[in-house]
Amino acid sequence: MSIIYILWLRQLKRYSRSRARIFASLAQPLLFLFAMGFGFGPTFAKAGGGSYIQFLAPGIIAMAIMFNAVFSGVEIIWDRQFGFLKGTLVAPVPRLQIVLGRTLGGATVAMMQGAIVFLVCLLAGFRVQNLALVPVAAVFMFLIAVLFAAVGATVGSLIEDMQAFPLIMNFLIMPMFFFSSALFPMKNLNGILTALLRINPLTYGVDGLRGAFTQAFEFGAVLDFTLLAIAAAVLLAVGSYFFSKIEV
Amino acid sequence: MSENNNSGGEKIIVVKNLVKTFKDFRAVDDISFEVEAGKIFGFLGPNGAGKTTTIKMLTTTLAPTSGAVLLDGHDPRRSPLAARRSFGIVFQDPSLDSELTARENMKLHAVLYGVPWSGQSARIEAALQFVGLWDRRDSRTKTFSGGMKRRLEIARSLLHTPRILFLDEPTLGLDPQTRNHIWEYIQTLARERKMTVFFTTHYMDEADRVADEIAIIDRGKIVASGTPAELKRNANAGTLEEAFIALTGHAIREEEASAKDRMRDMGRIWGRR
Repeated sequence: MSIIYILWLRQLKRYSRSRARIFASLAQPLLFLFAMGFGFGPTFAKAGGGSYIQFLAPGIIAMAIMFNAVFSGVEIIWDRQFGFLKGTLVAPVPRLQIVLGRTLGGATVAMMQGAIVFLVCLLAGFRVQNLALVPVAAVFMFLIAVLFAAVGATVGSLIEDMQAFPLIMNFLIMPMFFFSSALFPMKNLNGILTALLRINPLTYGVDGLRGAFTQAFEFGAVLDFTLLAIAAAVLLAVGSYFFSKIEV
Repeated sequence: MSENNNSGGEKIIVVKNLVKTFKDFRAVDDISFEVEAGKIFGFLGPNGAGKTTTIKMLTTTLAPTSGAVLLDGHDPRRSPLAARRSFGIVFQDPSLDSELTARENMKLHAVLYGVPWSGQSARIEAALQFVGLWDRRDSRTKTFSGGMKRRLEIARSLLHTPRILFLDEPTLGLDPQTRNHIWEYIQTLARERKMTVFFTTHYMDEADRVADEIAIIDRGKIVASGTPAELKRNANAGTLEEAFIALTGHAIREEEASAKDRMRDMGRIWGRR
């Protein structure tokens, strides 16, 4: 336990000491929130969808969590490059504990980033319908964070080189964001798009978050939670497996 | 290789017929040697001779193709955790977290090595005092010079009181003053704590001065071993450097840059750390 704790703490310290990173990683979600939220707002309302900010905000919070979690996982590449990783891998500790500590730390940082975006959404006019359900939202935020921190850990374990990273962002992470229910409702989509959304675990994360905040579930809390938890557990296992195979 | 059989005390590092092949390249080609407890052992060789590959196999980060290794009685392949507990290591390049302070780096390491919570602060203070960094305990290590980082890593590797200390080019890139300091620490450790020290270096004068025993590896094979005096005598050389060149030849060895080296260069271009 103490190993997981100390590596979790390390992620938090690194986060709190890097103000530049805190601000930099807010830029993208806020750009989406304001440009799309206010840009498409009138059209969305005219089409009968109601307030677009109300619809979009949970998607943007999920986005902030997702990107930060992936980045924290990919920090393995930097740690490998700057030698820190070697030091942890020759320590008399099972690698599972190392990867769990890192991943939980990265997930916690991502959640904090998500919480900041949530507060900004409130300033932009987002309203929570039932405050009692905020803890449910926190559970979904946590699951999204763990899931994508595990994706990041997998990527970080498999690639040695930062040059491959834009490839991962453009061909895996960005598509997962766009082909989720973050930006548009699932109704009346064509078959291919519907299928893509349904196999994407982020769809269920966004739906759970949106449901908890605004009571507008597409699938319901239980299904969202179950699928998301299974996906997070599977990816955590995959990430741990590839982390255990790292040779330095 | 042969003369230390049955002589002296406990053999704390035992390497037998160790081989590592990468595809069709034999990086380490059937080497055997033993290190006696409490000795300072120099492992020398030109670039690409197999030094780093051997250290990696000894320190559990690379699996040998064949052969056996025993560290304080533990086989790194069968019981990696016990083997890891028996040694401390200072890598060629720093392995500190530059965003953490000296003390935080020490603390993290103490937890990783299972140092009991109650004794941690005292041990950390003693180790930092030993290398003269106690005054800088709360500075982030990104503000440290190369020599300070190396000293901090030595201090860190002592926290779990290992019996063996591996040092991969501990004085590379440091000024003469710092190099002397570092060797003083290392000799003190071997003398006072009976620690076994296994080091590599390219500075032959340093190896000559501090090593009790030396093995020279070239093209994956051990080409000579013995005390510095024996090596010089056998090669008919005045200095260890002359003996080294007589044994390994004059040709310059090429090593291909690994992906990591290339990335390190990119990191520099981007101005990260």
